[in-house]
Amino acid sequence: MDIVPEITRESITNLIFNDKREDGRALDEYRDISIETNVISKAEGSARVKIGGTQVIVGVKPQLGSPFPDTPDLGVLMTNCEMLPMADPTFEPGPPGDDSIELARVVDRGIRESELVELDKLCVEEGKHVWMLFIDLHVIDNCGNLFDTAELAVMAALKSTKIPTATIVDDEVVIDKENTFDLPINNEVAMCTFVKIGDKMVLDPTLSEERVASARLNVGVTKEGRICAMQKGGAHPLTKDDIFSAVNTAISKTKELIEYL
Amino acid sequence: MSEMIREDGRKYNELRPIKIEAGVLERADGSAYLEVGGNKILVAVYGPRESYIRRLLEPNTGVIRCRYNMAPFSVDDRKRPGPDRRSSEISKITADALRPALMLENYPRSMVDIYIEVIEAEGGTRCAGITAASVALVDAGVPMKDIVVGCAAGKVNDEVVLDLSEVEDKEGQADVPIAIMPRTGEITLLQSDGDLTEEEFQKAIDLAMEGCMKVSELQKEALMKKYSTE
Amino acid sequence: MIYVEDKNLVIPGQILADDDYYPGRGTFKEDGKICSSLIGLVSLRNKKIRVIPLKSKYVPKKGDVVIGKINDVRFSMWDVDINSPYSGILPAFEVFGRDKKELNKVYDVGDVLFLRVIDVDEVKKAKLGLKGRGLGKFKGGIIVDISPTKVPRLIGKKGSMINMIKNKTNCKIVVGQNGLVWVKGDEDMEQLTREIIHTIEVEAHTSGLTNKIKNKLCLAIDGELPVEETEEEFVLEKPKLQNFKEELEEEERAEAEAKLKDESEEIQEAEVESESDDVEEDAEEEIEVESESDDVEDEAEEEKETEDKPNFYDVIEELKKKNQNKKDKNLSYSDNSKNNSFILNNR
Repeated sequence: MDIVPEITRESITNLIFNDKREDGRALDEYRDISIETNVISKAEGSARVKIGGTQVIVGVKPQLGSPFPDTPDLGVLMTNCEMLPMADPTFEPGPPGDDSIELARVVDRGIRESELVELDKLCVEEGKHVWMLFIDLHVIDNCGNLFDTAELAVMAALKSTKIPTATIVDDEVVIDKENTFDLPINNEVAMCTFVKIGDKMVLDPTLSEERVASARLNVGVTKEGRICAMQKGGAHPLTKDDIFSAVNTAISKTKELIEYL
Repeated sequence: MSEMIREDGRKYNELRPIKIEAGVLERADGSAYLEVGGNKILVAVYGPRESYIRRLLEPNTGVIRCRYNMAPFSVDDRKRPGPDRRSSEISKITADALRPALMLENYPRSMVDIYIEVIEAEGGTRCAGITAASVALVDAGVPMKDIVVGCAAGKVNDEVVLDLSEVEDKEGQADVPIAIMPRTGEITLLQSDGDLTEEEFQKAIDLAMEGCMKVSELQKEALMKKYSTE
Repeated sequence: MIYVEDKNLVIPGQILADDDYYPGRGTFKEDGKICSSLIGLVSLRNKKIRVIPLKSKYVPKKGDVVIGKINDVRFSMWDVDINSPYSGILPAFEVFGRDKKELNKVYDVGDVLFLRVIDVDEVKKAKLGLKGRGLGKFKGGIIVDISPTKVPRLIGKKGSMINMIKNKTNCKIVVGQNGLVWVKGDEDMEQLTREIIHTIEVEAHTSGLTNKIKNKLCLAIDGELPVEETEEEFVLEKPKLQNFKEELEEEERAEAEAKLKDESEEIQEAEVESESDDVEEDAEEEIEVESESDDVEDEAEEEKETEDKPNFYDVIEELKKKNQNKKDKNLSYSDNSKNNSFILNNR
């Protein structure tokens, strides 16, 4: 059902108005969260994360490549997301669409802007060889709130990532896959997603809440409570108060999320 | 038959450890998860459902569409996302392998979508995909004449052996993946890749069919486990 | 020769019997063997084998009542999503007759309606209509969706389950045969009913479910378990009650004429078919009686309730149901008189 039945819109809106939800949660409460790491032995880092019924698998694979000319001594992060058609009856096979690209970019922003990956330690030979980290997000089940699930999965996967040692011998890069080091990470980040239903900001929306919502707000926050990424989505506006209250909630809730890591 | 012990310690007619689970996803109409050796396969089925791709539909029966896809992180060197020639071929033969078992006459002009995701690959993903897809189809309540099951045999060090691992597949001389409908023993998928004598080929088919029958029991167990408690 | 027992769990391709049995729905015959084509439970009645699916998509059937959502408004009809591989159409003619009106002023995209399947064409497209009591647009309430195969369990034998839930929660409940359920009542009760309906869906094949659900409802609503008012005490013997039954029917007829039928009866009618699939744990005899009408079902869908041989249990059940219905009727009747919103009369 792509079109939300009018009575469903009404009933969800009425529930939220009374600070209630279909699954009995508070407006600022997450569904059950589970995190598993090292789920794929062929990936150097991996995680499977579930928030409620929503499920994302992330694999991290490092590859040697050339640095960007303006940052010759820094490694490279690449985040790609596949919203697999298995995850949702409305997802279509094919190259990533707008939603998929937005998801990848917003999740990437949280990781990138918090500068938690020490990219300088991923440099093998300045200007020539650096590690490029391919972070591939596989959305396998969509029951709402892909953003927070994906951010948590990427964070968990990065924390489990092992990088092979690479040395330069006679101008050649020699990779030793037996000797690895933990991906240097100096921070942690999590994301809180809210949707606006009626006048309320609702955390960790389910699919039906997402569908009746007028707008969405993603807030990425670091371990120290600093805001590192945001995105407003959806067809309707948010007020300044909506945003400030969401940010305030996000700063306390991301702490809870980070404890799962 | 030779008592050769294989690289991973298996006997010639021994399968890798297998785990099958039915109904693992929330949104899909049917789903299954399968692990065999180092392979991790996830399958989701949607349908029978309405499809707007009119040209694919048939007026007197339902049709299936299959998509086999490998995750970028499923192999040693990252695979570029999206379909390639190999995955397109596998998608096609998988659909062909499953089709004979399906009874979609009561669902004219509808479509059943089968999405096979290789989360991790370690040799024999197409057979694993077919085996898991059948379980997911049953889980979706799709009517079928039988539960199709896949298994491969091959030739390694001049010996015909069952269920090649990734290493055996790369270093071996031949690989013969098949799929069958176990009740009748009819073959719905057959590929052969490599060098075999007629005798070796026959031996490979017999061995692969034996393997299929073993895997078939595990498919049934997985379904019984999922549904007997409900 | 038969290889399975009644109510066994079977899977596609499993051999059920040799050809001295008759293949029913959910089975097929190949090389003299009857095999299952589905994952489901065996239903064995007089040498006829059927497999009742555990999961299945709804395929529209003439005469069914379904809950549908308006997906599009076109020149002379509405496109209706009926939770099926096949969409339905509601022709403007079915609503307006020969009058010309603007369709979206009456039903617009997103509206949810209770409809009857009046015809199904050769490619299964369903033509829908609203002629009949209780049919029309829903106002308020919530939609719960379950597997269409679990609809009979939700209704229960002669409505025992659904009436019990209605009674306990004071909610109005309408069940479409396509697996969509409409619930309207107090906000918390709606949510409780949703939860209860999902429990029934998940535990559909466990025994003693009606009592389990009853206890759950009582705990949630009254904070305590119900007082044991066991049905056993009625099942003393089997006295001849032919006359009593007739009296009841008489009374019912009179009542039906006197008052507007509410939607619950509308479903009851449509649900007759599904009742036989229902697995009730006690009252073996009940099942016996059911089974006789069961075979008729496949051939002729309508009017088999009257063919049931009455026994005491039946009569008591009906009596109880009637009492419940009375309550329901009063409730929805007064509701209707307040604002004629729930049932939209289209002429």
